[in-house]
Amino acid sequence: MAITTSPSLPAARSSRVSRMRRSEIIEGILYLSPWIIGFTVFVAGPLLASIFMSFTKYNVLRPPVFVGLDNFVYAFTKDDLFLPSIWRTFYYALLLVPLGMIGSLFVAILLNQKLIATTIWRTLYFLPTLTPLVAAALLWRWMLNPDVGLVNYLLAKVGIEGPGWLNSTTWAIPSLVIMGLWASVGGSRMIIFLAGLQDVPAELLESAEIDGAGTWAKFWNVTLPLISPTIFFNLVLGVIFALRTFEVAFIATNGGPARATWFISLHIYQNAFVSFDMGYASALSWVFFIIISGLTFLQFKLSGQWVFYQGERKE
Amino acid sequence: MISKVERTVEPVPVMDTGSASAQRLTWRTMFYVLVILGALVSMVPFFWTVISSGKAINELYRYPPTFWPENPQFIENYQEIWDKFPFDRWFINSFYVTFMALLGTIISSTLVAYGFARFRVPGREIFFGITLATIMLPVEVTLIPTYLLFKEFGWINTFHPLIIPAWFGGGAFNIFLMRQFIMGIPYDLDEAAKLDGASSWRILWQIIVPLCKPAIATVATLGFIAQWNSFLYPLIFLNSEEKYVVAVGLRYLQTAVTQGSAVVSRPQDHLLMGASLMVAAPCLILFFLGQRYFIQGIVTTGIKG
Repeated sequence: MAITTSPSLPAARSSRVSRMRRSEIIEGILYLSPWIIGFTVFVAGPLLASIFMSFTKYNVLRPPVFVGLDNFVYAFTKDDLFLPSIWRTFYYALLLVPLGMIGSLFVAILLNQKLIATTIWRTLYFLPTLTPLVAAALLWRWMLNPDVGLVNYLLAKVGIEGPGWLNSTTWAIPSLVIMGLWASVGGSRMIIFLAGLQDVPAELLESAEIDGAGTWAKFWNVTLPLISPTIFFNLVLGVIFALRTFEVAFIATNGGPARATWFISLHIYQNAFVSFDMGYASALSWVFFIIISGLTFLQFKLSGQWVFYQGERKE
Repeated sequence: MISKVERTVEPVPVMDTGSASAQRLTWRTMFYVLVILGALVSMVPFFWTVISSGKAINELYRYPPTFWPENPQFIENYQEIWDKFPFDRWFINSFYVTFMALLGTIISSTLVAYGFARFRVPGREIFFGITLATIMLPVEVTLIPTYLLFKEFGWINTFHPLIIPAWFGGGAFNIFLMRQFIMGIPYDLDEAAKLDGASSWRILWQIIVPLCKPAIATVATLGFIAQWNSFLYPLIFLNSEEKYVVAVGLRYLQTAVTQGSAVVSRPQDHLLMGASLMVAAPCLILFFLGQRYFIQGIVTTGIKG
């Protein structure tokens, strides 16, 4: 609801109006005050503090010592685990995000058909998302058990010798991707796609059909451009979410085997809350934050090329 | 919103020639096969966990696996979990933390959203933009100073870090959701009440809040799941066994049963499976009760993206 600015009023009434205006501002600030305090104390304050801390050496027991850029230099030149943890996190995200996006869109298209008992299907697809990640990681650890797990048993039934999954350095990340997919494909991303698909006007699809477009052409030329804002929204959040992955790796593999799933989030956690090297961990978290912001910014920049907003007018 | 999701696309009329309808039937069948297959993939890990949680220990590690416990001992196994681990304590902790944090989230996000939606405060739009941007802020960046701050307050190993921040705004996402909803309530209602001499506080409680019930239900459902499943914060802030919430308790149980400990001498995955199911159960039950609000909330936030 857009509230227009009050029109100019005769001078006689202006003092009363400005009093009302002032009380509106004061009341407004009062209503906003929980968030103003919360934002300052729990968001902006810590954000600034962590910039400061990233230039210090601080182990909680002794007061912080200013060390300039040492932490950053150390991270990029001496810390053998840091850069590999970044590449590993990228590798994970590179597998998870495209597969997850395609998977969710595919499920949304399926559930957008005229099916019997749509609600039941939607519920079944949604349940994995509700499972606490700690529990989901444990469920899948058991499913993927190389010796007695269901997955390798079923693979053996069709004559494939299943890999060591979480025990194998090659298969550990793909295993986590499988867990990540299970826990997200039918979830909120799919629901958002479904809502996007249902906003595609049926008339447009019908007229495309009259023009002789086949199923694929209709999807590619009509549906996809119209749901591109939804794709963009899901992509931005999906990338952030994938890069931040912590629970599944922490629970299912604890970074192993042989650091094969040692993601950036685990590296930060280890340095901060196991080694209590708070200054260094802050520096790492800022590098991580800059990477995430950079990628998000890039996606917004590129979005003009492929995201099509229905309300937008091209000049 | 919800009606849109429920709606299905009308089938495009097809000329009813024999081959066309046969083709349609093939498509239909294929769709159902795919949908059922997908649902199976979603559900199989649950079934498998349920089955495993009722097996005896020697049957559990046998190959080939059995598809139903030979001597089902569900009750005994679940009893063992409760006997060996203070799950009752963890459940009480989880419910307490979730309830208190949720109450704070609902009250404070309603107040703040009302402020954003109805009061022309200078700089409001900018502050709202910043608020939205914090949704994308990874917690890792603020986590360390926040930890040190709470340590300074003496809040380590208490529930305060999990509850008190919720009372200060209730999270950007919830503020956004509530604000969208309040903006949809006609301002005329406020104006009319104002002419009758109602204060903004009374307008909030007697007009806005009753009309916001669906949005509040959405915030409550989504918030419950988020709180219940939250892991990193409790992991960092709680460090004694009797303070754990269920997610961290499950982690503790995992370490105990896989690496051996005083209470468990060898791997006992059936206990872990049973415990995982118990931890997941409240969310699954809640979803069945509040499905409508849940989906509505997701759709509202997605559309504005």
